[in-house]
Amino acid sequence: MAPVFDYAPAPESRSVVDIAPSYGLFIDGEFTEAAGGKVFKTVSPSSEEVLSEVAEASEEDVDRAVRAARKAFEKWSALPGSERAKYLFRIARIIQERSRELAVLETLDNGKPIRETRDADLPLVAAHFFYYAGWADKLEHAGYGANPRPLGVAGQVIPWNFPLLMLAWKIAPALATGNTVVLKPAETTPLSALFFADICRQAGLPKGVVNIVTGDGRAGAALVAHPDVNKVAFTGSTAVGKEIARTVAGTRKKLTLELGGKGANIVFDDAPIDQAVEGIVNGIFFNQGQVCCAGSRLLVQESIHDELLDSLKRRLSTLRLGDPLDKNTDIGAINSAEQLARITALAEQGEAEGAERWSPACELPESGYWFAPTLFTNVTQAHTIARDEIFGPVLSVLTFRTPDEAVAKANNTPYGLSAGIWTEKGSRILAVAIKLRAGVIWSNTFNKFDPTSPFGGYKESGFGREGGRHGLEAYLDV
Amino acid sequence: MSDKPEKTEKTDKSERTERLSVFKTYKLYVGGKFPRSESGRVYEVTDAKGKWLANAPQSSRKDARDAVVAARKAFGAWSGATAYNRGQILYRIAEMLEGRRDQYVREVGEAEGLSRSKAAAQVDAAIDRWVWYAGWTDKIAQVVGGGNPVAGPFFNLSSPEPTGVVAVLAPQESSFLGLVSVVAPVVATGNTAVVIASEKAPLPALSLGEVLATSDLPGGVVNILSGRTAEIAAPLAAHQDVNAIDLAGADEVLAKELEIAAADNLKRVLRPQPVDDWTAAPGTERMTAFLETKTVWHPTGSLGASGSSY
Amino acid sequence: MPTTAPHALSDVTASDSTLRRFLHGLPGVDAVGLEARAASLGTRSIKTTAKAYAIDLAISMVDLTTLEGADTPGKVRALGAKAVRPDPTDRMTPATAAVCVYPDMVATAKKAVAGSSVKVASVATAFPAGRAPIAVKLADVREAVAAGADEIDMVIDRGAFLAGNYMKVYDEITAVKEACGTDARLKVIFETGELSTYDNIRRASWLGMLAGADFIKTSTGKVAVNATPANTLLMLEAVRDFRAQTGIQVGVKPAGGIRTSKDAIKFLVLVNETAGEDWLDNHWFRFGASSLLNDLLLQRQKLATGRYSGPDYVTVD
Repeated sequence: MAPVFDYAPAPESRSVVDIAPSYGLFIDGEFTEAAGGKVFKTVSPSSEEVLSEVAEASEEDVDRAVRAARKAFEKWSALPGSERAKYLFRIARIIQERSRELAVLETLDNGKPIRETRDADLPLVAAHFFYYAGWADKLEHAGYGANPRPLGVAGQVIPWNFPLLMLAWKIAPALATGNTVVLKPAETTPLSALFFADICRQAGLPKGVVNIVTGDGRAGAALVAHPDVNKVAFTGSTAVGKEIARTVAGTRKKLTLELGGKGANIVFDDAPIDQAVEGIVNGIFFNQGQVCCAGSRLLVQESIHDELLDSLKRRLSTLRLGDPLDKNTDIGAINSAEQLARITALAEQGEAEGAERWSPACELPESGYWFAPTLFTNVTQAHTIARDEIFGPVLSVLTFRTPDEAVAKANNTPYGLSAGIWTEKGSRILAVAIKLRAGVIWSNTFNKFDPTSPFGGYKESGFGREGGRHGLEAYLDV
Repeated sequence: MSDKPEKTEKTDKSERTERLSVFKTYKLYVGGKFPRSESGRVYEVTDAKGKWLANAPQSSRKDARDAVVAARKAFGAWSGATAYNRGQILYRIAEMLEGRRDQYVREVGEAEGLSRSKAAAQVDAAIDRWVWYAGWTDKIAQVVGGGNPVAGPFFNLSSPEPTGVVAVLAPQESSFLGLVSVVAPVVATGNTAVVIASEKAPLPALSLGEVLATSDLPGGVVNILSGRTAEIAAPLAAHQDVNAIDLAGADEVLAKELEIAAADNLKRVLRPQPVDDWTAAPGTERMTAFLETKTVWHPTGSLGASGSSY
Repeated sequence: MPTTAPHALSDVTASDSTLRRFLHGLPGVDAVGLEARAASLGTRSIKTTAKAYAIDLAISMVDLTTLEGADTPGKVRALGAKAVRPDPTDRMTPATAAVCVYPDMVATAKKAVAGSSVKVASVATAFPAGRAPIAVKLADVREAVAAGADEIDMVIDRGAFLAGNYMKVYDEITAVKEACGTDARLKVIFETGELSTYDNIRRASWLGMLAGADFIKTSTGKVAVNATPANTLLMLEAVRDFRAQTGIQVGVKPAGGIRTSKDAIKFLVLVNETAGEDWLDNHWFRFGASSLLNDLLLQRQKLATGRYSGPDYVTVD
């Protein structure tokens, strides 16, 4: 019997990134301690190792950051667009140069596989800055009037699932349009934003144009509520999004929200099956399913249910879970103990409500936060796991009989961020795409992103678009 | 200027046996029908000088609920109608209004205390506004949508789609031009509307329902309620099946309250915008405020690679 | 016309129309998705022990090929010697799976590899164009088999396939299979570059397997587009699904254009993660290649010694 073709460990080198033992807040071009001197630890989710200590911003620090951004706004917004563009191009290039370092850093702090940070996150981050850099001196051609003006200080709060990419989605259009920024990264993933601060320094960005305040939800709330913030942009949970909408009610603050989802991935019986299986896997297991636009509900035509499930299970058995720094890892760690607890609880509820649970044989590492790729079959619209966003590697499989039924089930959710359609019949793709109430429709593909392509939701998945020409609107006085 | 005989004249000049005119019972316009308020309530509507004009229905939260049901029911067909068809219907509304121009000039004049010529200017502008938006129905998608040059083998297209059911608080001062200016963009883009008429001057709005009903506009696309703005707006702002709210007719305090309530299902909120002159060119903002952007991806790939080279 | 052993799909070849319906009823292939999957598997990082294993496995899977008008007995003998003992400096180096030659060189090749595990494969059926009368093609096969060929690499009639004449292609394959007898294994070459679309490659794969192919093979190496990760992935899906439906295992042979160890290892990853480890054996997977072997040997030496080797340290054929 020949030995099996086991892939030996292929770890990316950790030495390409130098993490300092502690980081301050980045305000007005300087790293400074928090006013109260408070700090918090950030850990690597795959090992629970403490990576660094980070300053915890208080309301006073947030105020200082907003004042710095306000002070910087006058000159920054008055710069010719062509000059702002060059700063952004510089940033894009430095990100490209440092992408290996940043990919490793992101994998350490977030727990996602290096394969993803290297091949998805970082290329998209650089591309996003590159794209919006080009807009900075062309705003009068963007369809928002002859002389669209920036709003002022943008308060931006981002999540932990794509820390640097979400930063790029927020900061690139804000700076291109002449706004200045106070950004709060997520509590569990502050490091790449602090490295970005260093990139701003290398790029020679004027001080105060970008300010990074680390901390928990309280810092975010203080930023959103700050009276001198003109624009609030948030990506995160729908519950927090609603709270923010209430906070800014009655003010002149412009608001964009990119929130949760419960995306339906609809597979018709004439689908390109092998590619559909890949799309389903990519749809729910990319980034451990911690993706707002994940295809977390598989709607499969009943006539091919068994065949598709067999293929899917076989494919899941080839997924490699483990050390996120290993270049062959497909499934990394869950970002935090809290998130793991939430996923675990919802999966248990799925079982308790009678859905059938399946995971491939898969050994979980002993330390860190891990959850095996999981399928639930016999799920109906009435199951909690078909309605609540799990934000983890858990796929709920439902069936449908006709296109009408597929659309009705897909739309039967308060969310409306993404959906997938798999069929070789062109007219069916278009008919279904038109009927789906979701902001991004992937047909015969899934989880594709591009800086030129507007992204954002319908209904409780939020409002406003990020990316493309549309993404400028959120930062212009129009 | 008024065609309607005034009551005092009737008694003073009774010996002349002038024909007694027929009053109009103003009713709501919901789901293509003209119901009274389910509450059975009415309130007195007067002209600018305080003279009684009519009793208007004073809508309740249940009327608001019924209007939302009607608007939701109409949304599928209206949003699915061709843009050309919507344009034809909006233009038909202008045609129907033109034919009843005198009636609206009288009603607007009474409602807003305007001279006949000023009222006529308002009505003309309102008719022209329908024409303007009729032309927009099949152009807005080309202006705000388009292809995106993604860095990969994908066709990628963004197109605007209507948000859904929009609650519209019509402006309080401009009872007709203001009303048309906020309703037309909502329906031009394929949304359906639940409109709260100007509280003190609801009659032109209620009469508009009569024109809409005879313009091929499907029932439920526009639903018009009269009554106390705050009372009707509160349940609409909190309603989970309303997708957006235009706060044009709300004051600062009410607007904030409604915006907070609207957050419960993340309605798109158009805050009150200061409008000095409703005759000014409106731009596209009132349309884009109630449009979603849908982006569709599809692989392109190659035609296949062949290459015989024997 | 005799058919292969009855199995779950035997009835699809009952008539021209059932065959056509079956082939056109196979799931479509999305080109972008297929290529993306192949590319993604291409990013697997195979290091140290896994790499050593993969290189030896790849060497053992090579059909060391010479298919030139200028082939001579001397050239074929050299090739045979190399196949038997790829690296004279290291006796632990596995032999290749086979040598692959034209029919008139089979006897020479057979002698050159005598006493070793190396098989002799012969192209046949008017390779590479396949444009000859069926009688000529079958004679070509019979002569090669008579000369001792262990394996026959036939080409399908692409013209018939592209004209939609699937039954003609099917009948030719079954006739060739019969001519192979029980001793020679049959590899069916589709010339995927000429079939052009992935849908065609999927249909051809099933057609070949239904007709009794022991191996399905991408290409002749004589056209612009030969084996690619994507078309090989697609064929691996086909053999995987065919076995699931019929219980019959069929091998896969990408040929042409695979020149480096890195490429070969990527193909092995495709096999491992698509068809599975049952195919990770030279009975079920082959590389049709010539220059690939030397690169595998260079990499093998590098792994063994820790330093980079050079072309003077491997033999020219």
